[in-house]
Amino acid sequence: MNYIVDRRLNGKNKSTVNRQRFLKRYRKHIKKAVAEAISKRSITDIEHGEEISIPSGDIGEPIFHHGQGGHAENVLPGNTDFVKGDHIPRPPSGGAGGSGSGASDSGEGEDEFVFQITQDEFLNFMFEDLELPNMIKRQLAGSDEFKMRRAGFSNQGTPGQINIVRSLRNANARRIALTTGKRKKLKVLEQQLSLLQAEDSTAENQAEIELLIEKITKLKTSIKRVPWLDDFDLKYNLNVKEPNPQSKAVMFCIMDVSASMDQATKDIAKRFFILLYLFIQRNYQRTEVVFIRHHTEASEVDEQTFFYSRETGGTIVSSALKMMKSIIEERYPLGDWNIYGAQASDGDNWNNDSTLCKDLLCNAILPKVQYYSYIEITPHDHQAMWHDYQQVKEIFPNSFAIEQIVNASEIYSVFRELFQKQVV
Amino acid sequence: MKQKPLSSTSEWTFELIEAYDREISKIAAEFGLDTYPNQIEVISSEQMMDAYASTGMPLGYHHWSYGKQFINTERSYKRGQMGLAYEIVINSNPCIAYLMEENTMAMQALVIAHACYGHNSFFKGNYLFQTWTDADSIIDYLLFAKNYINQCEERHGIKEVEDIIDSCHAIMNYGVDRYKRPYPISAEEEHNRQQEREEELQKQVNDLWRTIPQNKTEEEKKHKVRFPAEPEENLLYFIEKNAPLLKSWQREVVRIVRKISQYFYPQRQTQVMNEGWACFWHYTILNEMYDRGLVGEGFILEFLQSHTSVIYQPPYNSKYYSGINPYSLGFSMMIDIRRICEHPTEEDKLWFPNLAGSNWKESITEAMRNFKDESFILQYLSPKVMRDLKLFCIVDDDKKPDIQVNAIHDQDGYQTIRESLAGLYNLGNREPNIQVYSVDISGDRSLTLHHSQHARKPMGDSTEQVLKHIHRLWGFDIHLHSVENKKITKSYHCPPIETDKDDSSI
Repeated sequence: MNYIVDRRLNGKNKSTVNRQRFLKRYRKHIKKAVAEAISKRSITDIEHGEEISIPSGDIGEPIFHHGQGGHAENVLPGNTDFVKGDHIPRPPSGGAGGSGSGASDSGEGEDEFVFQITQDEFLNFMFEDLELPNMIKRQLAGSDEFKMRRAGFSNQGTPGQINIVRSLRNANARRIALTTGKRKKLKVLEQQLSLLQAEDSTAENQAEIELLIEKITKLKTSIKRVPWLDDFDLKYNLNVKEPNPQSKAVMFCIMDVSASMDQATKDIAKRFFILLYLFIQRNYQRTEVVFIRHHTEASEVDEQTFFYSRETGGTIVSSALKMMKSIIEERYPLGDWNIYGAQASDGDNWNNDSTLCKDLLCNAILPKVQYYSYIEITPHDHQAMWHDYQQVKEIFPNSFAIEQIVNASEIYSVFRELFQKQVV
Repeated sequence: MKQKPLSSTSEWTFELIEAYDREISKIAAEFGLDTYPNQIEVISSEQMMDAYASTGMPLGYHHWSYGKQFINTERSYKRGQMGLAYEIVINSNPCIAYLMEENTMAMQALVIAHACYGHNSFFKGNYLFQTWTDADSIIDYLLFAKNYINQCEERHGIKEVEDIIDSCHAIMNYGVDRYKRPYPISAEEEHNRQQEREEELQKQVNDLWRTIPQNKTEEEKKHKVRFPAEPEENLLYFIEKNAPLLKSWQREVVRIVRKISQYFYPQRQTQVMNEGWACFWHYTILNEMYDRGLVGEGFILEFLQSHTSVIYQPPYNSKYYSGINPYSLGFSMMIDIRRICEHPTEEDKLWFPNLAGSNWKESITEAMRNFKDESFILQYLSPKVMRDLKLFCIVDDDKKPDIQVNAIHDQDGYQTIRESLAGLYNLGNREPNIQVYSVDISGDRSLTLHHSQHARKPMGDSTEQVLKHIHRLWGFDIHLHSVENKKITKSYHCPPIETDKDDSSI
């Protein structure tokens, strides 16, 4: 007998576990490839998957096999012009088409094992072990986030929530309860009946039998009348809504777009923010991002303009900080929000403005934010702003960080440093 | 009277598959094919890749190497570098065959004929499969193995278990009994006896290692009994039973890998025959269907197109050449056996006096039942097949300056080519012959392996890696000597020995 089975609906990802095991085993290689890829990519395609290559020497599964040498015979198809006794020069290194013992050297060759990881896996590796520092869960009054939770069973509900096992168990119990007495009687009557039927039939007997039969039918119909499933048997799964406290966070991205920032520097800054943006989007669904860019004055822009448009002018950093301050006051009450700031600049600033920045940070911004990071993108010596910010760091060592980036390849490592998961 | 074809479009449906299967099974029965019942499963290409990754086993334990395999397959498939096989068939009872949903109706019919009747009857009929595998219990056993390894991972950690499996895989090909029938596997029994065996095994092992090491005099050393008394070729078996430091669950894992290796052993030895047999039957059955009017012209053309590309043998100097195509060789030989039976030439009568003119169905079944690749080629490779494939034989001897052609497809060369080709399919020549030679029971507990060299071939370059794996299983020093004519030509040690001391006094 032959069976034909449609298996297409069965899970297709039987190998997922094995694939994960493989990725885990070679995570060191993959992480390295990811880090390299990020520094090589342009800002537009930083989010794609990546081709990972691992030297096959590291990945091989060794088995015993023969090496080159000794006396080897081989049979090949498609002879065109060889005759017995012909000599063929040895190909330069073994393993090529005509070589005699190419059959078993599967373990040789330093080919790379190349494979693709998906965008998801890529980002996972990219942001592994990173987190927004000092995140606090703030309970929100009037939060619109609810979680459904199972809470036992109820007698009311929608048909979709019927709990079949419970309902049938109830029905069964009810049927037993309502019919036990009758069925006991029925059993007794049936016994009597069979006894009578076994005896010789007399007229008296006959009458009694008929009486019994009548009683039995009556009982049977009344047992039958007990419904198999009744309304009040039905039990429903009960779900209750529970408010789900969420941590809400906002990230301020402040970028200097002044004339002193040349294209390369801006590019680095933008890539840093792209990383930051991806990281937040990916790991904190409820996080808002505010983009502020500034030259002599600051403006709040959308994502598209922030990353892709060009505009230049002089530099007054404090304008952006002021804007950040006013936006916080307007839209992000402290009780509800975790606030983060990230600022990128080449370190150039209008004379005396740096002191103003320092005051703004120390008095207005840092007391309110969880974490503020400043990256300076410059190969040159630090200017006034860096030194002022250093002083800020001394006052707020836990919530303020400054880092310097010289070229694009450092973006990722600086980024990791800034958002490294802190072990408590 | 001609019949109406079963279908006229290339779309398949389950009803059509059933109808085709019915007709194919009728024809197969008329030809006398004896098969296990079939279980035909339709799967998607992703599932096919999954099946690939686990070497066709429907349930495998988890291991990273299968993930690697999967990634590899997926990559080549997505880039269009390779097509997936149209089918995978599993030697079990009932015989499970996977059909891909992308196949056309003609392809599905081809696959049913090929896998469900060709391979299936081979699994049931061939002596190697009958002797070495248990089609009835393999699925249960695989399930048992998967669960057991899962449990081990929960108890001892994934890393621990993976390490052991890695090491076992390295010598998986040396986990096979070649000369005695292994005890039939049964998941239930395994399960019941497991507890018992764990204790029993540990006791035996302890027994072996019980004696406190004593220094013996030189005289005694010479006369002491070697352990094992006879060299043991089944390395995994030896390790499972005797490795001093393995815990009992580790022994069980070794056993599982060994059992699975044993299950695949016949497949490694009958590739040419198995594929040749299956190709022969899909070819014969589908042509018979065409003759009976069950399928139309379009169908048979599509079939022939796939059939010819499957059995295509690129010549040695083609860039597509990657060794002899087992489908091609097998099919040519099978179809030639039929030709010799039905229309023998004078040459055939000389070469195959018993075959010429005999009943082809009986002769070909006889060939299928009683041979493996090596002996099959030695027995049945005819001059005509050698001429058709234009086979020639070369000798690459490292003592000679160049490669020599020592036979081509002519009167002089037939015999040489035949023997040489058969030799290539001898597993014993293909893999280094390695056996457990001795264990220093009363000394440092080191394990000595002997590699008996074949045709002066040395060990390959991953040998030291493999020794590390054996070292992990055994727990004490490992020595491997390549031996030719009772002389040690090369020695490997794990951990490596700095000064190669002279110990050729074996």
